[in-house]
Amino acid sequence: MIAANLAALQVAVPLIGAPLCTLVGRGARAWALSLIITWAAFAMAIGLMVQVASDGSISYMMGDWPAPWGIEYRVDIFNAFVLLLVTGVASAVMPFAYHSVKAEISADKHRLFYTAYLLTFAGLLGMTITGDAFNAFVFMEISSLSSYVLISLGRDRRALFASYQYLVLGTIGATFFVIAIGLLYIATGTLNMADLAERLPALSSNTVVIAAYAFLIVGLSLKLALFPLHLWLPNAYTFAPSVVSALLAGTATKVGVYLLLRFMFGVFGVDFSIGEHPVAGLLMPLAMVAAVSCSLVAITQVNVKRLLAYSSLAQIGYIVLGISLANETGLTGAVVHLFNHALMKGAMFIALGCIMLRVGGTDFEHIKGLGKRMPLTMVAFVLAGLSLIGIPGTVGFVSKWYLVLAALERDLWPIAVIIMITSLMAAVYIWRVLEAAYFGEPDTSIEIKEAPWPMVSAAWVLAAACVLFGLATDLTVGTANEAARMMLGAGS
Amino acid sequence: MEIFSRYAYWVVVLVMMIGFYIVIDRGNLVKKLIGLNIFQTAVFLLYISAGKIFGGTAPIIDDDAELYSNPLPHVLILTAIVVGVATLALGLALVVRIKEAYGTVEEDEIQAIENREENSA
Repeated sequence: MIAANLAALQVAVPLIGAPLCTLVGRGARAWALSLIITWAAFAMAIGLMVQVASDGSISYMMGDWPAPWGIEYRVDIFNAFVLLLVTGVASAVMPFAYHSVKAEISADKHRLFYTAYLLTFAGLLGMTITGDAFNAFVFMEISSLSSYVLISLGRDRRALFASYQYLVLGTIGATFFVIAIGLLYIATGTLNMADLAERLPALSSNTVVIAAYAFLIVGLSLKLALFPLHLWLPNAYTFAPSVVSALLAGTATKVGVYLLLRFMFGVFGVDFSIGEHPVAGLLMPLAMVAAVSCSLVAITQVNVKRLLAYSSLAQIGYIVLGISLANETGLTGAVVHLFNHALMKGAMFIALGCIMLRVGGTDFEHIKGLGKRMPLTMVAFVLAGLSLIGIPGTVGFVSKWYLVLAALERDLWPIAVIIMITSLMAAVYIWRVLEAAYFGEPDTSIEIKEAPWPMVSAAWVLAAACVLFGLATDLTVGTANEAARMMLGAGS
Repeated sequence: MEIFSRYAYWVVVLVMMIGFYIVIDRGNLVKKLIGLNIFQTAVFLLYISAGKIFGGTAPIIDDDAELYSNPLPHVLILTAIVVGVATLALGLALVVRIKEAYGTVEEDEIQAIENREENSA
């Protein structure tokens, strides 16, 4: 019974849990309830992954209405993988959230915070799992609106303005997306993604379809913060509460990338989206500029949280680069990097949250000498940082390896060189943090302890995963490769 | 003229661009939200005009009617209107908080305050 309805429960449980959070009363209870729900969602995602791996794609009809009329939830190897990632990051963030939220957000807002957290979570899961284009828009807005609220809860008043800017740009992005869906509906008369994929090849020269494709690429690029549509992201990540930065960096842009991949390859098909239109030629330079310029900007930052935000933009550049290469290795690299980057950035933002709790800030000033005073936190940060640079034995190496291979397969060696150079830049900005933490003079006038164990262990779980999946690559690369073959096969 | 036969879409494009221009051009945070709302409203019109079928009547089963308009876009847009209202409400709530925190709702003044803070910090 539960097994047959897993696809629906995956979204329904967090969605129902969100209002319950406001009803259960004090902050601790709301936290406990959200913990149970996120972990249950993680268990469901594992269950879905197992089902998909053994029996192939799952198609679930909401309310038993058959597909083109009702809303279909379709789980295949690709979105099962993304579901696993989103629920995994959210589950790792939850134990960390208790102390961090207590310190950063006033007590009367705790249950509302967890409500918004679960709504964001439910929205992201819905965007990932749905097989209906308009439904994807609705879930996108559920997750976006609640994440604007989460960001605005930051202590600094600049969080409010960051949230407002994200609201305006995010709404424009989502509206572009809904224009694209409207145009597709006008051209084909269906909203079901599988149906769209069947009807679109016959209309490939239709101007309405081409316009829809253009709106879609721009709208989703805004959502996933591709250069030059990334202006909302640095402030949003810097001024949001630590928990929110960790959650959003690990999941929100990743689901945006997922939707882009799903529409480009699953709905329009590779022949249309890459073959007939110069989209790859547009995305590739933008992705390279993103990787280079945002890495450069990251080097010059004085706040480590903002540094990580710019680093995230550079990593999004890598992912889009993999997409624009549009061969099997490139897509594998993109999907693997999607997963890996979520692990590393999750670990690093959680480590910064620990520092925020104990020291009260995340500027370079604050982290001086922390290597001795908060050793566990800093080692977790270092592990994830090494992975970000791409040291062999960590996940960062695996994904960059595939991206370089993909570039060489296409004889685009300058891209391979750029990936190398930006990795060196990553080494520079990670080194700046390490230098401050291990060689900086600590301020001895204040007593600083290690963060509480649930917070440190959350950072360690993700940091350890960076190493684990860096050594045992079968699960991630195997799944990503299968997803890449499916995407490329769908269009031909 | 052929190009004006589907004039509803011209209205959509016009309204959309007016809204979009306000979002980009205005520095007042409330006016920006108004522009955003006009922009979204244009999309509602786009969907609803697509639901009209020439010669079709209201989609209520009737023995005399042979052709019905498509009701689905209307239903979709009901959802989108709710989303638009929620976005506007949240945006205005944020503007109220920004006014409390900064004492102004003009983008350039807020940016000036932030720059001053960053330079002094």
